[in-house]
Amino acid sequence: MSTDLQPRTAATAAKRAQAARKPWRSNIGLKIAMAVSGVLMVLFIIVHMAGNLHIFEGREEMNAYAAGLRSFGEPLLPHESLLWVLRIGLIASIAVHIWTGIVLSARAHHARPVKYAHRHKNRGESRNAYLNMRFGGIVIFLFVIWHLLDLTWRTVNPVKDVHDAYGAVVAAFDPSRWPVTVFYLLALTALGIHLRHGIWSAVQTIAGPDTKWRKRTQAIALAVAVIIVAGFAIVPLSVTFGLVS
Amino acid sequence: MKLKLRIWRQADADAKGRMVAYELDEVSEDASFLEMLDVLNERLISEGEDPVAFDHDCREGICGACSLVIDGQPHGPQAATTTCQLHMRKFRDGDSIDIEPWRAGAFPVIKDLVVDRSAFDRIIQAGGYISAPTGTAPDAHAVPIPKQDADAAFSAAACIGCGACVAACPNGSGMLFMGAKVAHLGLTPQGQPERATRVLGMVAAHDEAGFGGCTNTGECAAACPKEIGLDVIGRLNRDFRKAAARAA
Amino acid sequence: MSIDYYREGEPVADTKAPAGPISERWEKRRFSGRLVNPANRRKLRVIVVGTGLAGASAAATLGELGYRVANYCFQDSARRAHSIAAQGGINAAKNYRNDGDSVHRLFYDTVKGGDFRSRESNVHRLAEVSTEIIDQCVAQGVPFAREYGGLLDNRSFGGAQVSRTFYARGQTGQQLLLGAYQALQRQVAAGTVDLHTRHEMLELVVVDGRARGIVVRDLVTGEITTELADAVVLASGGYGNVFFLSTNAKGCNVTASWRAHRKGAYFANPCYTQIHPTCIPQSGDHQSKLTLMSESLRNDGRVWVPKSKHDERHPADIPEDERDYYLERRYPAFGNLVPRDIASRAAKVVCDEGHGVGPGGLGVYLDFADAIKRLGKKAVEAKYGNLFDMYERITGENPYERPMRIYPAVHYTMGGLWVDYDLSSNIPGLFVTGEANFSDHGANRLGASALMQGLSDGYFVLPNTISDYLADGPFEAVSEDHEDVQAARREVDERIAFFLGNDGDRTVDSFHRELGKIMWEYCGMERTDEGLRKAIGLIRDLKAEFYKRVKVTGKAEELNQQLEKAGRVADFFELGELMCIDALHRTESCGGHFRAESQTDEGEAKRDDDNFSYVAAWEYGEDAPVLHKESLVFEYVKPTQRSYK
Ligand SMILES: Cc1cc2nc3c(=O)[nH]c(=O)nc-3n(C[C@H](O)[C@H](O)[C@H](O)COP(=O)(O)OP(=O)(O)OC[C@H]3O[C@@H](n4cnc5c(N)ncnc54)[C@H](O)[C@@H]3O)c2cc1C
Ligand code: HEM
Ligand code: HEM
Ligand code: SF4
Ligand code: F3S
Ligand code: FES
Repeated sequence: MSTDLQPRTAATAAKRAQAARKPWRSNIGLKIAMAVSGVLMVLFIIVHMAGNLHIFEGREEMNAYAAGLRSFGEPLLPHESLLWVLRIGLIASIAVHIWTGIVLSARAHHARPVKYAHRHKNRGESRNAYLNMRFGGIVIFLFVIWHLLDLTWRTVNPVKDVHDAYGAVVAAFDPSRWPVTVFYLLALTALGIHLRHGIWSAVQTIAGPDTKWRKRTQAIALAVAVIIVAGFAIVPLSVTFGLVS
Repeated sequence: MKLKLRIWRQADADAKGRMVAYELDEVSEDASFLEMLDVLNERLISEGEDPVAFDHDCREGICGACSLVIDGQPHGPQAATTTCQLHMRKFRDGDSIDIEPWRAGAFPVIKDLVVDRSAFDRIIQAGGYISAPTGTAPDAHAVPIPKQDADAAFSAAACIGCGACVAACPNGSGMLFMGAKVAHLGLTPQGQPERATRVLGMVAAHDEAGFGGCTNTGECAAACPKEIGLDVIGRLNRDFRKAAARAA
Repeated sequence: MSIDYYREGEPVADTKAPAGPISERWEKRRFSGRLVNPANRRKLRVIVVGTGLAGASAAATLGELGYRVANYCFQDSARRAHSIAAQGGINAAKNYRNDGDSVHRLFYDTVKGGDFRSRESNVHRLAEVSTEIIDQCVAQGVPFAREYGGLLDNRSFGGAQVSRTFYARGQTGQQLLLGAYQALQRQVAAGTVDLHTRHEMLELVVVDGRARGIVVRDLVTGEITTELADAVVLASGGYGNVFFLSTNAKGCNVTASWRAHRKGAYFANPCYTQIHPTCIPQSGDHQSKLTLMSESLRNDGRVWVPKSKHDERHPADIPEDERDYYLERRYPAFGNLVPRDIASRAAKVVCDEGHGVGPGGLGVYLDFADAIKRLGKKAVEAKYGNLFDMYERITGENPYERPMRIYPAVHYTMGGLWVDYDLSSNIPGLFVTGEANFSDHGANRLGASALMQGLSDGYFVLPNTISDYLADGPFEAVSEDHEDVQAARREVDERIAFFLGNDGDRTVDSFHRELGKIMWEYCGMERTDEGLRKAIGLIRDLKAEFYKRVKVTGKAEELNQQLEKAGRVADFFELGELMCIDALHRTESCGGHFRAESQTDEGEAKRDDDNFSYVAAWEYGEDAPVLHKESLVFEYVKPTQRSYK
């Protein structure tokens, strides 16, 4: 008999059942990991932004704040405990975020190998999100490396005294180093775009709101993104334009 | 009206395809898009050429067979309208129109504008049903369902399985299609017992078929002829997270 | 009657319906039927052609029972079968409204609605099973419309006096089919059903008098294969597309049924066609199909035409007293809500007299101006918004501002392969379900009863009756080399080779269109002796020309949509001729079959119960078809003249 009735589907069904047992490796599973890591980074960045605003209180206050972070819980806890907890969390988040980003982007690329001959403007709720997020993310990554060299390790910063965060910031955005400021602003724009989509996207991935809440989340994401960008941008701008020195 | 068409021609799955230009005269404004292609095909046959192959059946927007990307948009420019319901009065005399097949790794081209969408069936096989063997059902009024739930389930169930969502998605993701089914069944009391296994099975089948993940871009919902919204993707994510947490 | 057209054979001997009180017959049949032991079911193969309501429900249920099922459809997915397009609803005698409905009333209405040309036993069973269908579908998650209390909503449909129609917005067929499709996919995953999409059945294999398999073509690769089995079920739908323009999907065809007919299966009542009154009129020669506007529109819309002939004025410029609300005038009791056959014919009459509106004068107005005034635009929009949108998409006219134009169109075929009470054709082992069989609707189908019949056949009737046949199986294995199997294959190969080799110059569609015009003109809403004779001649000539001039491009071993069409149209030619012969021989009017010679003084259909109270079951004959009569007995519903005045 030519078409044999051997169930063609039985083998694939077994394979699929196996895959279903490892849900975290699925696209949605990885996406949830990405969203959680993203949200952790958002929390960090909000705290970081708020911390940066101490700069307007002057050198003493700012440096005291930075020192306070390091001596948190002393002498019960060792020096820089809080910072290291934060750092480890942050490093883990970045690792997870980048790893899932690479895997999902690769899978997406295979899922859509051929482009349309006729390109049409996108019309969805987060236009071009897939491009903004991937390329924006790379810009942010490069920025963070520069930023660490500049303000954490001070490799490229004239102020090498770790205790003088205020001085380092002022030096970093000295009017003479205006390209640095410009680069920061560009990176912040990328970050803003990343967060405008990322925040609502993370809520969609983790919580799955209905239409009404999705729209609200989108509005909140936009607001948070604007606040973060503005809150960060004001520091380099103030220094470069001599409001803080 | 007069039209310049560029249509994707591909002899079979393995052949290399290309866009081929055709000119068409005296197209009626009242013709549907597929009727316009019928006219072209009649001409091609009389000239001894192979007519353009495309999928279609009901021609009234419900079977989900028709599947053309028109000027880069799945189902063309009119919102909430399938290709077969699109009419030529939406175009202007002298327009050039590009016609391409659905593009997605999971939907390989079979010929010209015809693609293989059997991956959608495989997703349903992996759990897109309620196990209710014939003859075992209790009376239909045994379990009342709140009207809002029934209406929401209906809106999700309106999906015609056309695949425009996948064709529109920059990641070739089938999340909207899958979410529509998960939402439909998950909103009925009858769908509860299998809710967790359903979503895990369907997601595994979806990934295995080679669909990409979702970056919440929303192109799918914009292209969907049945106006299935992104909330079904949210629901799918939520159901998945709960089921996965329980499975782990 | 001229003997050239047909011969008369023996009457049909037995329909296998049990005797006794009608309400006990189905129970009795179920009990008397033999069962197949579960361990043996695995050894029995059943082929199901079709994945519509009738096919998918049967394949899923047989799979659940443990038979090994092979299921076929020509679409790319089982979910796209034409049942998906049904809009209005599905009947069931649930009496959830407490408005006096019952199994007996549904039975009565259906027999009467069919103009007393259906079998009482079958219709009663249909009414009994109807309630189980709703239970089954709800259990599958079908999202029927509900009321605020959470219970199922009902509406009245097609002039019924009770509310027994269950619906899911305007997409009832879609939701029911998805339920059956999902049940089917569950069996596919379980390995009991092997589903072949994009496969077309091109021939039936009959060995030693039993149906033992089919020959199919893989529509993607063009490969021809033979599938052998213990029984074959055809659930391949209706043949309305013989008219070219109809509300059916483009792929609907008669090939599966016709090939079985040529192998000996009787074709019953082929001329019974239902013409639906509310469809969007044809707009030009490019038209490829007609779109149905739900019958529910007639609940609020008023039908009229201008009183003066060939009136080209904008409808708004035609004053009230120059309009003819002809349905309200002719049928004061039912008005715009008369049954389909009556509304359709009335529209044809006014258009034939020259009052029609729109292109070619083939249209009447369906006006919502009064409803909008009475209920407000909002309320009308809530009720019919999606239909109005659809109308606007297709015609480019806004029905809120300008009355809709509608015209009747071919919609459903009551005729089909002859089956007995067990849904078995006269070829042992060949079962037929759904629209493909002729069984339950007589000469006119009531709204919302085709879905009911398809699911009744597939979920409940066939799985019970087929076991009686399969209890004798497994039948002796048939080899692919068997002479009859080879012959069936050869026929398919030769047909394909002919089409591809024919050096013609006309497209398949051009022939189909022409055939459709002949059928519509002479075998459509009104039929006459003279017209039908003329049509038979025209069809024969056109068929000869088809074989001479048809041109099919491409190859056999590829996806070749022209080749698919050519085979279908070839079968439509033969069917069309048989339809005309059937219509010619039935000199009475009944239901959808209106013979101009047989009408009352008021122009209504006049039945001739003395001479035509029978099913016409046609046997294929090389020279002329052979008529076998199955007489109809009415013990419970006494035939009366239908009146809607
Ligand atoms: C527009 C419209 C609206 C309707 N509305 C209603 C309504 O409101 N209520 C109601 O009760 N009825 C309605 N009907 C009628 C009803 O929908 C159909 O009669 C019914 O769905 C037929 O179901 P079926 O399973 O018999 O056939 P179909 O659903 O037509 O399925 C036929 C199947 O057979 C397959 N097939 C056919 N030929 C072959 C072949 N040669 N090889 C392989 N496979 C083949 C097809 O692929 C398909 O899977 C409507 C019909 C139309 C056209
Ligand atoms: C290190 C560089 C970074 C890269 C390469 C990167 C890349 C990406 C990518 C590819 C996505 C997926 C977009 C999507 O699927 O919707 C994403 C999502 C996201 N990113 Fe980043 N990103 C980076 C840094 C950041 C930072 C610093 C933050 C927060 C401050 C952040 C927050 C988020 C959030 C919240 C999401 C949404 C997750 C979701 O959609 O579920 N990312 N990122
Ligand atoms: C533009 C305004 C910004 C200013 C003025 C600024 C300032 C600083 C300073 C002074 C430090 C050193 C803190 C210390 O070591 O005590 C620091 C650390 C850091 N900043 Fe920023 N920052 C800015 C923006 C950002 C942005 C946009 C990001 C992320 C995308 C970021 C990520 C970090 C990280 C990861 C560290 C290292 C924290 C650690 O030491 O563990 N910063 N920043
Ligand atoms: S979700 Fe919309 S676009 Fe996707 S398959 Fe369903 S109907 Fe088509
Ligand atoms: S377009 Fe694609 S990325 Fe998600 S929201 Fe839709 S599936
Ligand atoms: S052909 Fe059926 S939806 Fe377009």
